Amino acid sequence: MTASCQGEAKGEESVSIIIDHVNYIFGKGTEMEHKALRDICLSIPDGQFIGIIGHTGSGKSTLMQHLNGLLKASEGTIYYNGEDIYEKGYDLKKLRSKVGLVFQYPEHQLFAETVLADVCYGPRNQGLDKKECELRAYDALKKVGFPEDYIYSSPFDLSGGQKRRVAIAGVLAMKPEVLILDEPTAGLDPKGRDEILGLIKELQKKENITILLVSHSMEDVAEYVDRIVVMNKGEILLDNTPKKVFSHYKELEAIGLSAPQVTYIMHALRENGMNVSEDATTISEAAEEILRALGRTGS
Amino acid sequence: MDIIKTEDVLYEYIRRDDEGEVTGITTALDHISLGIKKGDFIAILGQNGSGKSTLAKHFNAILTPEEGTVWVDGMDTNDVDKIWDIRQSAGMVFQNPDNQIIGQVVEEDVGFGPENMGVPTEEIWTRVEESLKAVGMYEYRKHSPNKLSGGQKQRVSIAGVLAMKPKCIVLDEPTAMLDPQGRREVIEAARELNKKEGVTVILITHYMEEVVNADKVFVMDSGKIAMKGTPKQIFSLVDDLKALRLDVPQVTLLAYELKKKGLDLPDGILTVDEFVNLVSQQRG
Repeated sequence: MTASCQGEAKGEESVSIIIDHVNYIFGKGTEMEHKALRDICLSIPDGQFIGIIGHTGSGKSTLMQHLNGLLKASEGTIYYNGEDIYEKGYDLKKLRSKVGLVFQYPEHQLFAETVLADVCYGPRNQGLDKKECELRAYDALKKVGFPEDYIYSSPFDLSGGQKRRVAIAGVLAMKPEVLILDEPTAGLDPKGRDEILGLIKELQKKENITILLVSHSMEDVAEYVDRIVVMNKGEILLDNTPKKVFSHYKELEAIGLSAPQVTYIMHALRENGMNVSEDATTISEAAEEILRALGRTGS
Repeated sequence: MDIIKTEDVLYEYIRRDDEGEVTGITTALDHISLGIKKGDFIAILGQNGSGKSTLAKHFNAILTPEEGTVWVDGMDTNDVDKIWDIRQSAGMVFQNPDNQIIGQVVEEDVGFGPENMGVPTEEIWTRVEESLKAVGMYEYRKHSPNKLSGGQKQRVSIAGVLAMKPKCIVLDEPTAMLDPQGRREVIEAARELNKKEGVTVILITHYMEEVVNADKVFVMDSGKIAMKGTPKQIFSLVDDLKALRLDVPQVTLLAYELKKKGLDLPDGILTVDEFVNLVSQQRG
């Protein structure tokens, strides 16, 4: 089930990123040398919401850091909007404002005296004037649902969830076309998780931003994304819709992952002789399917 | 007997400006009284900022109460002479696996605690071996910690605490940064310690599924204990938990949704097996 490399670089208009046979060797020529990415091929259409899953050290973050040029492939190349980002003279600075990266625990990177100043930092580095920076910062803070009353507060006085919103706004203010988030919900309470993921989903829908979400929560991924890319040992193991990917739950377990609990429930019901389809991956799908199997629909 | 007991504990975070004037006070623990029975597996839930970690830090005297008293194994945490005995009785494991390991080699790291306590060398090695075996990391004893996965690192951290022979271990969101396999490993290790070694475990987490096997659950909100009970009692109150920004395991939520749609199911279903049995009975 390795992802196929076919169909790459076809120049389809809607495809924003093409990763073309990328290999990355870590610590080349040293004792630590190892292949962190092996022959990765992936095409990412505009406006898609993609979940990237894989155990710690499977290469997820390494791959993400290639997408905005923070790491350079040892072999292979990456096309952004049809242009080879490794071409001489390619504007990497511009790429970094188009492909925004929100790191794990981004609130640790907040530093300015006020929320507004912190969010302005990105656009200011893009060379925009103060007024434009502030307009963008207001706009970005609004999009993440940050309360206007607090924009002159110190970011350090905010709650964990609010800090994270500010950090995401800081990237949004650069008006990215692609947003990569590395475990944006780690350490948040359940409601905070839903809020941040709901917000990200809205950015995809309303702003048509392409989203790449690195996550360890199978339940979250199942609920929100259109497509899942599963990484293992620097390779892409599966690349498909959540339903198709989670139908391979035994393979996922073998590589340190799992499926959402509902997937296990549906399989267990079926083994117990109930005529339910096993491919439900969210609570609402599962509820509907169980009611259908029990002949209770419409009641 | 209670291994940990708190009575009317108050703790506040006070913010000051550059001149030292008080600009704000957050009451992190608002007159908390609770008792934790020796040998229990306890879970503490609560939204961000509800006071869970502040409370946990009172359990091994990293923080001491402004008002009220905390007793750990009968010792008052305000008694400065007892501080090392208290920390030896109640060990802590934190969220980030990379911030807690200091040794170059796994066994060295695990030996650090008992060495600091002045345990004789022979005994240190016995303890290191036992602790690593208890968390299933003995075969990695000669490895460098930075080559381990997150779940393995957390298990080494737990072994490091175990080597001090604590009566109680406090785990503050130990799985927040881990992949599913890592989460399973850590929770399993914690349950083993509790069952086989009789160590009291206090687990703070945002993952509701990790709580279903606990003996007792405390839910915190705004520095107070908002709910306490068995997992079944607590997870029966779906709406109350949601109001506190929490959740229930997926299986519990699915049963709750089906019940709303008219299926005859009890509240607080916690396991897939239980769910499958009860739902299968609904077939006409």
